[in-house]
Amino acid sequence: MADQELETKIKTEEYFVNMGPQHPAAHGVLRLLLTIDGEIIKNVEPDLGYIHRSIEKMCERDSYQQIVHLTDRMDYLSSNINNEAVCLAVEKALEIEVSDRVKVIRTIISELTRIASHCLWWGVMGMDLGALTTYFYAFRDREYINDIFEETCGARLTMNYNAPGGLMFDIHPNFVKRTKDFIKHFKTKIPEYDRLVTGNVIFQKRTKGVGVLTKEDAISYGVTGPVARGSGLSSDVRKLHPYSAYDRVDFKEALLTAGDTFARYEVRIMELWESISIIEQLIDNIPEGEIKATTKAVIKLPKGEYYQRVEAARGELGVYINSTGTKNPYRVKFRSPGFSNLSVLNHITKGSKIADLVATMASFDFVIPDIDR
Amino acid sequence: MKNEDLQNIINGLGENLEFSTEESEFLNVLVPKEQLHTICSQLKSNKDLKFDYAFCITGMDWGKELGVIYHLNSTEFKHEIVVKVKTEDRENPTLDSVHDIWQTAEFHELEIYDFFGIKFNNHPKLRRLFLTPDWEGFPLRKDYVDEANMIIK
Repeated sequence: MADQELETKIKTEEYFVNMGPQHPAAHGVLRLLLTIDGEIIKNVEPDLGYIHRSIEKMCERDSYQQIVHLTDRMDYLSSNINNEAVCLAVEKALEIEVSDRVKVIRTIISELTRIASHCLWWGVMGMDLGALTTYFYAFRDREYINDIFEETCGARLTMNYNAPGGLMFDIHPNFVKRTKDFIKHFKTKIPEYDRLVTGNVIFQKRTKGVGVLTKEDAISYGVTGPVARGSGLSSDVRKLHPYSAYDRVDFKEALLTAGDTFARYEVRIMELWESISIIEQLIDNIPEGEIKATTKAVIKLPKGEYYQRVEAARGELGVYINSTGTKNPYRVKFRSPGFSNLSVLNHITKGSKIADLVATMASFDFVIPDIDR
Repeated sequence: MKNEDLQNIINGLGENLEFSTEESEFLNVLVPKEQLHTICSQLKSNKDLKFDYAFCITGMDWGKELGVIYHLNSTEFKHEIVVKVKTEDRENPTLDSVHDIWQTAEFHELEIYDFFGIKFNNHPKLRRLFLTPDWEGFPLRKDYVDEANMIIK
C-alpha cells in the first residue's frame, strides 16, 4: 500500500493521559489532564489542590506577625522575598519607615534568595531535558547560599528573617565576607553553566521556538516574572515600583523578545548576573542603623485596603490586605506568580509534543505550593 | 493619568458608578453588577484608559455581600484602578465572566467559584479547581463552618 493510502485508512483518536500528580517533570504534586492524539497535545487542563493549605483563610485567624511565617510555605524558594512582601505591606499600612540598614540587608538577602532559586531552576531544567549533571553543579553552588543563610538566620530554606518593622536579628559577623566569597566563586561558575548547557546543540534544539508566548498573550494572561520578560513584557517590580533598596542600585531589567523556552532560559541567566551586580553594589557599604523599628506587640492595621507587590523569583507576588482595624486581617489575598503563569500553559502548548510540554514547564519554573497556597 | 482624570473618563462609561479613594492607594470604582461586562470591556478598549492587564483578581465576602475585586493596570500608560462588584444574593450569587476581556480571569474565576461559590455567566468551564467535586460549602466565606479542620480562636 502506498503511504498516502495508509494515512487515510489508519485513524487515530484522542485520549486522556494523566500527567502527575506524581510526575518527575512536574516538580511537585501538579496534575495535568492531557488530551492527546498520538504525541500531539490537544488540551492541557490543570487539576490543583493536592497541597492546598488555605493559607488565605488561616491568615484571617492569625496576627500580622504570624502571617509572615505562613508565607514561607508558599513559594519556598523565594521564602525571604515572600516574608518581605508581607512586612512591607504592614509597614506601609502603619507608615513605619525602616532604617537604611534594614533596607539594604533585605535587598541583599532577597537577591541571594533569587540566585539560589534560579540555581535550583537551572539544575532542574537540565534534568528535565535529560542532563542530570546540571543538577549537581547547581546544587553545589546553591549550598554556599544556604550556608550563608543558615549562619545568619538559623534556617536554610524557610528563613523567617523579616519581621514587621525590620529584621529578626542582625547579620552574622561572617555574612559580608562569606557573601563576597560566594560572589567571587559564582562569577566563575555562570560561564561554566553557559559552556555546559546554553551552547549545547541538543538543548538549543529542544528549546528554541518551543512554547512561544507572544507579548499580547502575556499581557492578557497576567503573566509576570522571567516568563513575561522572555516575551518582551517589561514587568520587573524592582524597576516599576521600587521597594527596599532597589531605587539606589543600578541594574538592567533582563528583557528578550523571542518568547520561547530558550528566551526564558536566557532571561534567568541574565538575572543571575544582575543579582550579582546588585549585591556587589550594596555589600561593601551596609549602613549602620536600627535593626528593627519598635512596633506594638499587637499590631492593628488602620481600616482600609493595602496592596504591596514584590518581585519574587518567579514573578510578581502581590499581597492584598483588607483590614477592618482589628488585630486580624479581614481578608488576605496572595496574588502568586505561579498561578497566573500556569493559566497560560494550555494556550502555548496546544499542538506541540509532550516532550515540548516538559521543556516549556521547566522554563516556567513552577513551584506547586505557590500555585496551591 | 491622575485619579481625577481617570474618574471623569470612567464616570462617562456607565451609570451609578461609585468612586472612592479613601482607605486605598488606588482609585476604587464600584460597578453595578448588571454593567460589569460592558464597563470592563470599555476600560480595556477606551483609547485613553487601555486597562489591558488584570494583575490581581480577588474574591471577597463582605459579610452581607459577595463580590470580586479586580486590580487593573495599563501596560502602556502605567495607571491603575480597582474595580469592585458586589452581589447580595448569597444563595445563588451570579456575576458576568470577564475572561473574554482578560484571559487570566478564566483561572481566577475558577478559584473564586471554588472558595466563594460565585457563579460566572459565560465561563467556558466552571468547575472545582482546588477542592474535590463533591465538596460541600465554600470555605473562604465568612459563615463557613468546618469543625474538624478549622481552629477557631
